[in-house]
Amino acid sequence: MNTSFKKFKETLIEGLLMISGTVTSLTVLLIVFFLFSEGIGVFSESPVEAGYSIALNKANTVTALSAEQVKNIYDKKITNWQDAGGKNEAIIAFRMDDIDTYYTEDELGSSFEHLPEKINELIEKNPGIIAFVSDKYKAKEFNGKIITVKNINPKSFLGGEQWFPTAEPAAQLGALPLILGTLWVSFCAIILALPLGLATAIYMAEIANDKVRNVMKPVIELLAGIPSVVYGFFGLVVIVPLIQDVFNLPVGETALSGSIILGIMALPTIITISEDALRTTPKAMKEASLALGATNWQTIYKVIIPYSVSGISAAAILGIGRAVGETMAVLMVTGNASVIPHTILEPVRTIPATIAAELGEAPQGGMHFKALFALGCILFIITLIINLSVEFISAKRK
Amino acid sequence: MTEEILDASGRAKRRAQRIAFFTFTFMSFFVIAILLVILSFIIIRGIPAISWEFLTEMPKDGMTKGGIFPAIIGTLCLVAGSMLFAFPVGVMSAIYINEYAKSSWVKRFIQMMTNNLAGIPSIVFGLFGMALFVNRFGFGDSILAGSLTLGLLALPVVIRTTEEALKSVDDSFRIASIALGASKWQTTSLVVLPIAFPNIITGLILSIGRVSGETAPILFTVAAYFLPKLPSGIFDQVMALPYHLYVISTSGTDLKASREMAYGTALVLIVIVLIVNLLANWLRKYFGNKVKLH
Repeated sequence: MNTSFKKFKETLIEGLLMISGTVTSLTVLLIVFFLFSEGIGVFSESPVEAGYSIALNKANTVTALSAEQVKNIYDKKITNWQDAGGKNEAIIAFRMDDIDTYYTEDELGSSFEHLPEKINELIEKNPGIIAFVSDKYKAKEFNGKIITVKNINPKSFLGGEQWFPTAEPAAQLGALPLILGTLWVSFCAIILALPLGLATAIYMAEIANDKVRNVMKPVIELLAGIPSVVYGFFGLVVIVPLIQDVFNLPVGETALSGSIILGIMALPTIITISEDALRTTPKAMKEASLALGATNWQTIYKVIIPYSVSGISAAAILGIGRAVGETMAVLMVTGNASVIPHTILEPVRTIPATIAAELGEAPQGGMHFKALFALGCILFIITLIINLSVEFISAKRK
Repeated sequence: MTEEILDASGRAKRRAQRIAFFTFTFMSFFVIAILLVILSFIIIRGIPAISWEFLTEMPKDGMTKGGIFPAIIGTLCLVAGSMLFAFPVGVMSAIYINEYAKSSWVKRFIQMMTNNLAGIPSIVFGLFGMALFVNRFGFGDSILAGSLTLGLLALPVVIRTTEEALKSVDDSFRIASIALGASKWQTTSLVVLPIAFPNIITGLILSIGRVSGETAPILFTVAAYFLPKLPSGIFDQVMALPYHLYVISTSGTDLKASREMAYGTALVLIVIVLIVNLLANWLRKYFGNKVKLH
């Protein structure tokens, strides 16, 4: 009986350990499930806020518009129905606020009781009208034609150049400026950090004596341990004003400020991983090179670096990965303007910063909310590609 | 003649080496200098803000005066909560991978998933925590939801350091124990774990450092903008140090007036990181073993 109890206990413990072993895999799967199930919803939501409609005159041949067309119409970039697939007719864009340019307060009634019929009349009278009306003020016998605003599709989400999730009448959800902003800032960060990080790794692996190395190693770990919000704060009070002064800019919150901070933050990753890679060079190779009369430096750049190049590239890729996913520091120093960046001295906005800044304000379950989860999916895919390529590189090395 | 040429090329070689080594040394010290600048800047500006009142009082006057007591307590709650989850699960998971998993395929798969989890950006953890713990499980913005989110984030760190610690235990201990008739679990719990213990604890300390500074995962799962009272249960919201620093340095009511508070908060965060790192280093030296984070 005692042995069977012992056996039962052993099996129980093994089962428990096995369950714990599955937690990380389960978490990754759950993250994927929740991100994508929320994110995919953005493609089935109407860009027009619930409770509002877009109406045209009945004679108009247009039956559907895209969110971008609606925005362009209201921004006066499209002024004729011909450009939106209709007949040659000038467009009159109408919002509820514009009602007093057409009717006096008396005509509308003291408590706006005549508003629905006046809107009706307005739409009926103007063949070129497009009206953004609240369903509350839609007459029972509505004489206009309600059109559908097309849902966004993956192509317009990834390729759209406008990110105005709260725009009226139609939300603009183009993630391209955010994707480019993220890649741009991260790429510049690595350009700054890679030479420094690599030089430090070479110094620590090949040049420094043990005493110096034993001081530097914990210092670099400390650099890795500083919270990102502290980096962001440092960037905000030191780097941002510095950039503003040096380049004589109206604002110092630029892609460059973000890249500098991200570069510093990526340094420990780059240094530790490339140092490990440099150390894997077989001693025999180094000694052979030295025996042939090569100096230490010649051995480093002709033997050691070529030998560990895959490890160094893994370090660079992981550094980019760290930079791409960084949220707080970037949010605090890059200025968060959602425009496609052209120079490093302009404000940019990254995907993580957008999620952090907007999720709190987005109504739960709405289109904006789902769009932020869709951004999370893009971020997840980018980092997954980065992780898999690092796995691939290190598997190849073995 | 040949000797002269050799001599000249030797000089050139040595000169190239001197220049290259000087450049590398200079760049390395530049990296160290960056860290020292950041640290000393925060310390010098932060020290005037630190006082007994700052550490033990509620924020006042639109967070421009008073202290950061609720944020300190909040961060302590979150660290404790996340470790209560991540430490046992992580250690058990590592024991399974290193001691129990029989097929190398299962081992590889779990390690790959753990690496992937470690690579997921912290803001994605925030999104996930909000979708699962806050909304689906209905915990609301609470210590529970925040701790679980942070715990999942810390899990890969705990697993990896524990795995390293277990790996460094020599197989002869296991074989001797089994030979004496001990069961697998007896061997693991009475022989392997005690030897690996110091290194496992180092991993725990390092993950505490990581968790205490994270902001993105708690933004939408627990952190309160301003809440001048202490939590009374695990379903309460709390303020947290990193989020508090973000708030008072970017969106406070009066940015200039709250600057000193911000320097003070940043200093407290830096001090936590310093203590954690020193402690981990001391433990490593004390037990003469090395635990690698990467």
